[in-house]
Amino acid sequence: MALRRGRGFACVNYPIGMNLGGDPSQALVHATPDGKFMVTLSSIDLGQGMKSVTRQIAAETLGVPVSDVYVDTADSDTGPHCMGSFASRGTHRVGNAVIRAATEARTQLLEAAAEELEVDAADLEPDGEGGIQVRGAPQRSISVADAAIAAQFKQGRTLSGRGIFLVPPSEVDPETGEMSPVTCFAHAAMAVDVEVDDETGEVRVVEINSAYEVGRALNPKLVEQQLIGGAWMGLSHALYETTEPYYPEREHLPLDFNSYLMPGPGNIAPHNIAILERPAEDAPFGGKGPGEMCANPVLPAVANAVFDAVGVRCDELPITPEKILRGLRSANGS
Amino acid sequence: MSSIEFRKELFANERPEGLNEIGRPTIRQDILGHVTGRSPFYDDHLFDGLLHMRCVRSPHHHARIRSIDFSEAARLDGVIRIVEPKDVPQNLNTLLSLINFGKEDEPLLTPSKVGYRGEPVLAVIADSERQARAAVDAVRIEWEVLPHVLDVEEALAPDAPVVNEVYPGNTFEYYDKYDHQKLRFGDVEQAFATADRIVEGRYRMSPIEQAPMETCGAIAVPETNDRIACYTSTQALFFSLGTTAKLLDMSSARLHFVGGTVGGGFGGKVDSIVEPMSVLGALLTGAPVKFMWDREEEMQVGAPRGAELWDIKDGLDSRGRIVARSFTGYFDSGAYTRLSSYAVVKATGHLPGPYSIPNVASNVYCVFTNRTPATAMRGFGITGVDFAIECQMDRCARAAGLNPIEFRILNAYRDGDMKAHRRKAKNTALIECCQVVADKSRWLIGSQSRSQSSLRGGGGERAEIPATAIDEVGRIGDRRRREVPTAPFAAGDRKQLPAGTQRGEETPAAPPQNPDMLGHLQSESTAAADPLPTTQSMPRLQPPADRQVDRQPARIPTRDPKAPASGTDAGQAPTRQPPTRRPPVRRTSVSRHISGFRRR
Repeated sequence: MALRRGRGFACVNYPIGMNLGGDPSQALVHATPDGKFMVTLSSIDLGQGMKSVTRQIAAETLGVPVSDVYVDTADSDTGPHCMGSFASRGTHRVGNAVIRAATEARTQLLEAAAEELEVDAADLEPDGEGGIQVRGAPQRSISVADAAIAAQFKQGRTLSGRGIFLVPPSEVDPETGEMSPVTCFAHAAMAVDVEVDDETGEVRVVEINSAYEVGRALNPKLVEQQLIGGAWMGLSHALYETTEPYYPEREHLPLDFNSYLMPGPGNIAPHNIAILERPAEDAPFGGKGPGEMCANPVLPAVANAVFDAVGVRCDELPITPEKILRGLRSANGS
Repeated sequence: MSSIEFRKELFANERPEGLNEIGRPTIRQDILGHVTGRSPFYDDHLFDGLLHMRCVRSPHHHARIRSIDFSEAARLDGVIRIVEPKDVPQNLNTLLSLINFGKEDEPLLTPSKVGYRGEPVLAVIADSERQARAAVDAVRIEWEVLPHVLDVEEALAPDAPVVNEVYPGNTFEYYDKYDHQKLRFGDVEQAFATADRIVEGRYRMSPIEQAPMETCGAIAVPETNDRIACYTSTQALFFSLGTTAKLLDMSSARLHFVGGTVGGGFGGKVDSIVEPMSVLGALLTGAPVKFMWDREEEMQVGAPRGAELWDIKDGLDSRGRIVARSFTGYFDSGAYTRLSSYAVVKATGHLPGPYSIPNVASNVYCVFTNRTPATAMRGFGITGVDFAIECQMDRCARAAGLNPIEFRILNAYRDGDMKAHRRKAKNTALIECCQVVADKSRWLIGSQSRSQSSLRGGGGERAEIPATAIDEVGRIGDRRRREVPTAPFAAGDRKQLPAGTQRGEETPAAPPQNPDMLGHLQSESTAAADPLPTTQSMPRLQPPADRQVDRQPARIPTRDPKAPASGTDAGQAPTRQPPTRRPPVRRTSVSRHISGFRRR
């Protein structure tokens, strides 16, 4: 009886957005009288950081500091339509809608500033710090606040924008399955080291080393949070979780977190992550949604590591001690 | 401890830097509320006279209701209203009717026959949750228990119990023709016959709970202006609003949905059950009504990630290249469709995984069984099949005697490769991910594998669409008449589709509707430093044949003569390009509840 080490590998890609498209999202952007910007959505922030990412995208596009942008979302009376927060679509779809809305607002902002400075709007650029300046001549400038005040109270101009992003719906060929599923894919690879107790069937994940390609990390801390948390979820799927432990029989069903197993703090494995960024052509600043795919490579990598450790193929999830011990016994002929 | 590094040297020339706010670790706008426990979740909205709604549920997997007696329950203290199926104005729905996909197959409250344990047949509204629970216990139902089926393969047998009368074959029906989704690319049978070795595996994933800390729920509140406000945990505000309007046959203008801060979703808060239930309660009582699942309901009645079963057969050549891969997949949808029909199509588009394989076939079934309906969960349609594919890849690597990372790199897809769904791969990065992990984990790979790149070696022969074997096996209803094999080509019937057959094209995003919405970043300094316009934020209207050639049109878009000149710099303003390469979309009907197009 011994602790046996093993390592497993897996790699995946992941489609971004709803399969076959047809899932629009809209955004509205408007300036307050003194040049702060409100982004209005109906998208849901589940904790993944939707509000933060759209706020940064709006600030980047408008050319103003992120502190001058606020995201108001999830009220059907004010927020324009969004299909929802699922299918890794938030960053891609809503982010693009925000770019369009913010671009339109920015165009108005620059025209208001141009009128005040008596220059061509095409020669202006925001400095990203709350000012707008003539390109190449930063001494000729106006603050975003003054431009907004002039637009509102002097010029009679709105500084607002609308945006929608839609990958139009497409069809599937019934005979061949030919289709245009999505426009971009994220990628990941992972090596998992495990230790399996061949007496108890217990699996301990010793270390995870991974690489995730996310297009562009729009907010590196949010990406880190998604990947760490998502991989933990994958580990939980691999080794613990199911609502039907003896599927397809509906017996011994867990009804709460005492019987629905999940790893505790002591089961968290060190996870060393590398982020790769290959921007997608139609993604906002190239960023693909990392939210869903981060769990996926963990499940097979753990299964492959368990096989490497003890020679038992656990092809049915979750990989419980019972399944490992039964596998070991049948291999020993006992 | 964990660590994170950014490998900025990879794909650096495709990634303009110098952005102001993008790429910064800005803290969340709402973090102070979260960490001080003050962010309002739906259940934090407090109302005087709030009523509580709970469901009477089936104790059987499959049963007919002979009679219901709720007279005792209705007399209990605090009971305000018993809600019956006939109180639901439009008591049949399928979630994806919002995009016109599938038949109406699920009631909100089930009137006659239940298809899973936990199915709601009646609801009680009471002053307190305790009184609602007592009333639920006091309802007497006489059941006629029916034979049930829990296994996906048994459900496909000719004599299997019919789980859902709307789909008498126990499968979702695709394109009014087949009882499964097909994928056909090349000729797997021919390739298997000449392969060096065959590797087969069978993989299964049991149902998994989304397990949010906050269970699904909603509070509906009548407003004085004849509207209903609904505070909800939904992941999809207008999806839930549209579903509510449809089930309750009311104008969406009377609904005001407020959501936003959600205690975990992971896919389990899309199903839009708690919203119509609570709104119905508010309509019937004229009072605020809360409908919230307890943990047991969240675990066993709320839809989980469904179980999947996958058979994979691979053919390998002597060098370890996969020359053919065949799948037979089963999604256990439970008693109703919810979103599993969609997952089947999404999974099919994902096959055969991120690899270039010249011959691929799959049959994937959305199967109805007498269990809790399945729904979306993080990685929907992909997680289960990725588990199957990557375990299978490990088997194949060992069968071929190759290092598992080298084996992946050898078979990895690259830019320009034709995928099995007949679109070209682009923007790929699998090989680089494999190489980086090999480094990080000190898992030695050879110089041959180390020198590979996603940017090179793809396309050419690998971009061609091969002659393809097709078949018409598995028509709707066939399986009720006789045993029909489930695997591709197992029934023998074959026809040939010529090489190069492609019926559609890449579907790019719709262009901005107005010129002033088109990204200024395409003409600005950040773009100037960028050798590849493909990295810009706005969608390109036409896929590039060649990046260098494509560069110019992306910067200086053509003007549409019909478009109005816009402002001062109309000459530079990029305008909408005619969508000449847009594939035809059949827009056969539009739902009146939230727009959407028919998906066929």
